[in-house]
Amino acid sequence: MKKTLVVAASLLILAAFFGVMAMTLTFGSPKMTDMDDYFLRHGQEQTGSNNECTAVVFDFRGFDTLGESTVLFCAIIGVALMFRKMQGGEEYEDE
Amino acid sequence: MSRIVRTAADILYPAILIFGLYIVAHGHLTPGGGFQGGAVIATAGALVIVAFSYKEVTGWLTKNVLMGQEVIGLVGFIGVALLALAFGQVFFFNYLAGSGSLFGMPVPYGINAGELNTAGVLPLMNFAVGIEVWGGLTIVILYMLSGLEKEGC
Repeated sequence: MKKTLVVAASLLILAAFFGVMAMTLTFGSPKMTDMDDYFLRHGQEQTGSNNECTAVVFDFRGFDTLGESTVLFCAIIGVALMFRKMQGGEEYEDE
Repeated sequence: MSRIVRTAADILYPAILIFGLYIVAHGHLTPGGGFQGGAVIATAGALVIVAFSYKEVTGWLTKNVLMGQEVIGLVGFIGVALLALAFGQVFFFNYLAGSGSLFGMPVPYGINAGELNTAGVLPLMNFAVGIEVWGGLTIVILYMLSGLEKEGC
């Protein structure tokens, strides 16, 4: 009985929270648009890319993509390490 | 797997490969890019690994080649970015865009018919990241399968 009350109360609080958020926040019209406008106006002539996403990901924020590639590399090294160990013992396959 | 699955995998493998390479090559014109195209190509490898047995697959899909692909992709990505220093620019500068050489056609502002020969270093970086993701995601599946190999997969 007490458990259901707690669950109902927390659900109500969550619903009120998200309801107030959805009512008051305005989506699609941010206050600061300087950076977006810069990307949209100069992205095509500065990078020559029609796809604005690629222009941002690989050119304007290239360091971010470098970090992503490094994270992927580290994850794969971790998987390789784990499953090589699971294969058992000192024998390492060399193919 | 059964003969039907093997035949379907045989037919689908080159088609998925071509579609993934198309997504990588058109990364600067259409939605997609290196990561997405590499993931699509990795599904082709996953399909073949699922359809055939471990022994048959590792005859031509070796871990060394895939790990080499991954390393070449990451080193190529950093190398293309570092090459900007040779042109007297900063790290990650797009030195090929609008220069008239390889991938250097200027692009007019606004709506235009997409030209493949544009965007400077972005296609090169797309290819490098695509090769890296291709090798990386395939080798993850291969390593997981080799961990299960003892159970008789």
